[in-house]
Amino acid sequence: MTAVAAGPRTWKRRHLLDVDQLTRPELEAILDEAAELRKQRANAELDEAARRLRGHTVGLAFYEPSTRTRVSFELAARELGATVVHLSVAGSSVVKGESLIDSMLTLERAGVHTVVLRHAAAGAPYLVARATGLRVLNAGDGAHAHPTQALLDALTLREALGGSLEGRTIAIVGDVAHSRVARSNLHALTRLGARVVLGGPPSWVVGFHAWPGVRVAAGLQDALHDAEAVMTLRVQLERIGGDGVGSLREYTRRWGLDEERMSWARPGAPILHPGPTNEGIELTAELAAGERSLIGRQVSNGVAVRMAVLPHLAAEVDR
Amino acid sequence: MTSRFGALTDAPASFLLAGVRAVDPAAGSDTVRDLAVVDGRIVNGAGVPEGIPRLDGHGLVVAPGFCDLHAHLREPGMEGAETIASGSRAAAHGGFTTVCAMPNTDPPLDEAARVAWIVSLARDASARVRVVAAVTHGRVGEALTDVGELTANGAVAFSDDGAAIPTARLARSALLGIGPLGVPLIEHAEDPTLASGTLMRSGPVATRLGLAGWPPSAELVIVERDIALAEETGGRLHLTHLSTAAALDAVRRAKDRGVRVTCDVTPHHLAMSDAWVAGDRAFSWEAQSDVASDPFGQPVDAQVAFDGACRVNPPLPAREDALAVLRGLADGSIDAIATDHAPHPPERTLVEFAEAAPGMIGLETALSIGLAAVDAGCLSLAALLTALSTGPAALIGEERGLGPGTSADMVVFDPSGRWRVDRDTLASRSANTPLLGRGLPGVVRLTVADGRVMFDEGLGLLV
Amino acid sequence: MSARQIMRADELRRALVRIAHEIVERNGGTDGLVMVGVHSRGVPLAQRLAALIHEHEGVEVPVGSLDITYYRDDLTKIAHAPIVKRTEAMPELTDKTVVLVDDVLFTGRTVRAALDAITDHGRPTAVRLAVIVDRGHRELPIRPDHVGKNLPTSLDENVQVRLSETDGVDEVLIARSSAR
Repeated sequence: MTAVAAGPRTWKRRHLLDVDQLTRPELEAILDEAAELRKQRANAELDEAARRLRGHTVGLAFYEPSTRTRVSFELAARELGATVVHLSVAGSSVVKGESLIDSMLTLERAGVHTVVLRHAAAGAPYLVARATGLRVLNAGDGAHAHPTQALLDALTLREALGGSLEGRTIAIVGDVAHSRVARSNLHALTRLGARVVLGGPPSWVVGFHAWPGVRVAAGLQDALHDAEAVMTLRVQLERIGGDGVGSLREYTRRWGLDEERMSWARPGAPILHPGPTNEGIELTAELAAGERSLIGRQVSNGVAVRMAVLPHLAAEVDR
Repeated sequence: MTSRFGALTDAPASFLLAGVRAVDPAAGSDTVRDLAVVDGRIVNGAGVPEGIPRLDGHGLVVAPGFCDLHAHLREPGMEGAETIASGSRAAAHGGFTTVCAMPNTDPPLDEAARVAWIVSLARDASARVRVVAAVTHGRVGEALTDVGELTANGAVAFSDDGAAIPTARLARSALLGIGPLGVPLIEHAEDPTLASGTLMRSGPVATRLGLAGWPPSAELVIVERDIALAEETGGRLHLTHLSTAAALDAVRRAKDRGVRVTCDVTPHHLAMSDAWVAGDRAFSWEAQSDVASDPFGQPVDAQVAFDGACRVNPPLPAREDALAVLRGLADGSIDAIATDHAPHPPERTLVEFAEAAPGMIGLETALSIGLAAVDAGCLSLAALLTALSTGPAALIGEERGLGPGTSADMVVFDPSGRWRVDRDTLASRSANTPLLGRGLPGVVRLTVADGRVMFDEGLGLLV
Repeated sequence: MSARQIMRADELRRALVRIAHEIVERNGGTDGLVMVGVHSRGVPLAQRLAALIHEHEGVEVPVGSLDITYYRDDLTKIAHAPIVKRTEAMPELTDKTVVLVDDVLFTGRTVRAALDAITDHGRPTAVRLAVIVDRGHRELPIRPDHVGKNLPTSLDENVQVRLSETDGVDEVLIARSSAR
């Protein structure tokens, strides 16, 4: 079975910094490839031919805590046969004030080919891409971008909505302004032809009305009206109290999702959440664990999407 | 190779510049003529002795020497980024004969003895270095400095630049204290409670990049506050690096009422916009790039996006604000161009955008940026040269002009020549500018201050 | 423990040249100037400043030294390791402008003790304070007149001014004193 190796190779990039780099055919190709990998992985069909990153070293540099994204990348890299090394921020010279570029150059000199970078500063992966010879995969930079999350969300939505997002309406609810997940999803979903409706407290959706293909809703009911799928975002607790959102209670009362409110959306509309969830705040525990929830599917799709993406960065260099 | 730079301690120069276009904002004149300097003084054609060097001025422009009200020369404390000596050479290379050194050094210029030290260091510099002293001790915004003693030791203005004076009460007290000395309070108009934590101008580009947005109200509330205080106290207020149309309108209204308020704008706030953070490199008056005209749909250019060199305070403006301040310069509402020359070493700019030290170098590119605007038809050459020379000079009590009998203080440049901004072509110790690698119009050929040659590009006056 | 260099030898020299200039400027010349160094590193610093003033002004400025361990009011806190040194012959201080020189200004307690010691020795017209590093965290209302560098520090950091006379090298280091 060599379907993966023979899969579409239209996408060639040295780095994956954000979804904005990708055209619609490139996006579709990655999602097709990820779907195939997911199937093979579920059926235990991944063989030697799938180990396309043998001899390749992937460095995981997570400057912000993350379990799900880090584990997902590590699994993906190992499935592909890559050697994986961790830049442990707490235990390395990073704490002594070594600059990001110096740390990344150290990884490069140590033989790392591709770095998967999570960083609190928007644009940090762009700096590393410019200033080092590493291939850079952005695993989340500040409030800016989280491209593989958007790809796995798109894959999950495509599966749930029957194959294409063209003309479909997706609602995104929550703190859009401070969300890299939302921004990358806006790029991915609008490129794939979906219409996106944003819902959230005014200060958390401010400015997004100008994004083509995006509508900012007046309230939750307006946001969910017509939605064929609903993505709700994690509330960062430190945002509460400033920024025009007075309290968690106030947020949940106006924007929290429960089964009753989901009736405002199209019948059976699924729910996505990038995790980790604050149950009882963004959505009820019942909703997160219920039939509508695609949260578990998002996690398993994450590995497949990252398996689809990583070899393209490596392949670009090997040529 | 002989040095291209002279010093204020050199002997006065003598030369004749034939067929040069002389633009003298002081006299309101723009004529092609011969201009002679003998022993450092401008003389009439009749009094020119035989044997002095005769230079071909055809195609060149001569104007009064430029005056920069706002530069960070980093000495003492950050000499790796700039020194009085290197900063004065950068000034001379940019056509500036006066450069005002801001007090946010380490330690700050808040003591008379320290101001005197700068004055003594600058004795053999390549430009007149004037000192803007701190208005509060340690620049911490608590207690006023000894403004009288500082002025007596050479301070030509006061500022806590880098931050506004934090409270209205202290700003009022500063205007009252400085007022009788006849020097201006230079205010960095930015409300810290609104600006804190922000990284770029609010707007579509900030929304797209996920960088916390700086609201224009951060500038306006301090501008309005200080205008009210200047009006009430009669003190002299100079608002530096204005970046918004709203603040400029407030200044226009205040000037109409007769308030003693003046203002400047930097070349980068005229020419660059917030889209530069996303990798745009078109000047504000040029056709917009893809990412500027469609900030949400177009990919950012990974090679230049999030460049730490584009982080400045106040942040690069929205394009419409850049064009508004450009119009303000053209119609004379803005009194001066000031560079806010802010050199930083690479380790402070080749970092995450949020970690980058704000500010870019500007002494050597100010004229070129202005000439690009002139070439684009957005500004007259006379308005540009006024804003660079007589306009700012008047604010610190310096005279400028090309009339006979005056001490020669001038810049000669080739408006149609081009140069490339490069580490090697810059005299500054630092190269933090998003213009690095770019070709720009306008080559300075000669800078003369106090009758001495400060900079000479191939004219052979320095041996 | 990691130490970071915050001033190199040339930066230290540059700061001293400036401070020497500021001292003369502030005094309106060299008349009546006396330099008093605080043990241990303030002493070579005072001598260097005097030498720089001599270089520039051609005038010998008297230099004294003070051992403040006798005078610290928190003696008990350091009693487990007291280093008692002889206070060298002190020049005449009465009616002079005394420039007290120390390496690092921290809580201000050392300076206050030094001021007490100076008044025991004579009645100067003015006492000015010159330090290489002002690291903040003052507990007493003391402000340096001449400072090499302002260095905001946290309490668990340690600032070391190292001098060729005492340490074989000219530099200023900052280090975290507790392991993390």
